[in-house]
Amino acid sequence: MVCAFRKHLFRRYLLLNLYVACLIVSEIGRYRILAEYGLNSSQYFYFYFYSDAVLTVFLYFALSTLYSHVFSELKAEKYVRFGTILLLAGTALFTYAVVAQSSARLVTVYAKELSQNLYFVGLVLTYVLWAAILKLRETRARLVQIVLSLGVYFSVIAANYAIQNLMPQLMGVMSPVVQVCSTFLPLAWAYAFWRLPEDARLTPSRLAVIPR
Amino acid sequence: MMAALILAFSLAALLQFFISYCRSLIAACAKQPLSAEVQDVTGIKSSATGDDFARVLQLLQLCPDRPEDRNGIQAIGFYFRMLGFLRATVARIIPSVRAWTELERGNCTYFAAVTLDRRIAFSRDMFAQQMES
Repeated sequence: MVCAFRKHLFRRYLLLNLYVACLIVSEIGRYRILAEYGLNSSQYFYFYFYSDAVLTVFLYFALSTLYSHVFSELKAEKYVRFGTILLLAGTALFTYAVVAQSSARLVTVYAKELSQNLYFVGLVLTYVLWAAILKLRETRARLVQIVLSLGVYFSVIAANYAIQNLMPQLMGVMSPVVQVCSTFLPLAWAYAFWRLPEDARLTPSRLAVIPR
Repeated sequence: MMAALILAFSLAALLQFFISYCRSLIAACAKQPLSAEVQDVTGIKSSATGDDFARVLQLLQLCPDRPEDRNGIQAIGFYFRMLGFLRATVARIIPSVRAWTELERGNCTYFAAVTLDRRIAFSRDMFAQQMES
């Protein structure tokens, strides 16, 4: 946030910065609850999953603004906004349909499942965005790095949830790994805002694993 | 079954995004010239080889750390180790992969040298500010 503010990019990447602001608030809240009630308390459990759900929705909207940046020349903001809301509503309804059949503690499980599903939807959307960047030959270095770092973050979190579903006994091992990986996103964005000038350009086709 | 599919997709996407992210970091630094003193210290002029990476990292550790660079250098360090693994396995069979890994390892070294250059400039600025105050 400080990097974006000092480089006069706060408003341009408003939702990204709002997400980071929410992240800071939620981390402070989590720390206070952790210190007061402990790791195994129900207060920490509820706060962690509810705040995670809110953060995921914020990150999802932040991703949609990246779509707007990439498709800005096509004047597709209206369609992006509509698609974003439609997909979010679809994910929310799908999650509700799944949770309603199998759980008594509906709201808490719903919050957990929603963020889990949104991480995967976010991953797929970031993948599609990366494909669009390659197709449209988008060259803005900062935008490319922001999208790629978001892709790395979504992949790690989605893989973590999948591992936890497959092997619940690994939950204790995976949670610290995810916490460490979570610091990657703000640092990568800080690097992109601070280090890369506005006019820096890249050739994304040369960055792809299979050169195009 | 569904979780296994999601895991496979996530890991494949992670690999792609990570490699592309590292290459974007390297590409953003590739055109930055090195200062004369970093060229002298590292022996790198315009292009670098992967064999110098460990030495440049050691030099980097001698300079004061900067949070915004830490993430990049850690990612590139991990990417370099991945390339090392590829070089020791697949590249032994396919010569074109060997040439590619050598090129990428050299680019990783150049990225580390550019980061070293930045850290030296940062340390010098800090020192100058302290002297002024």
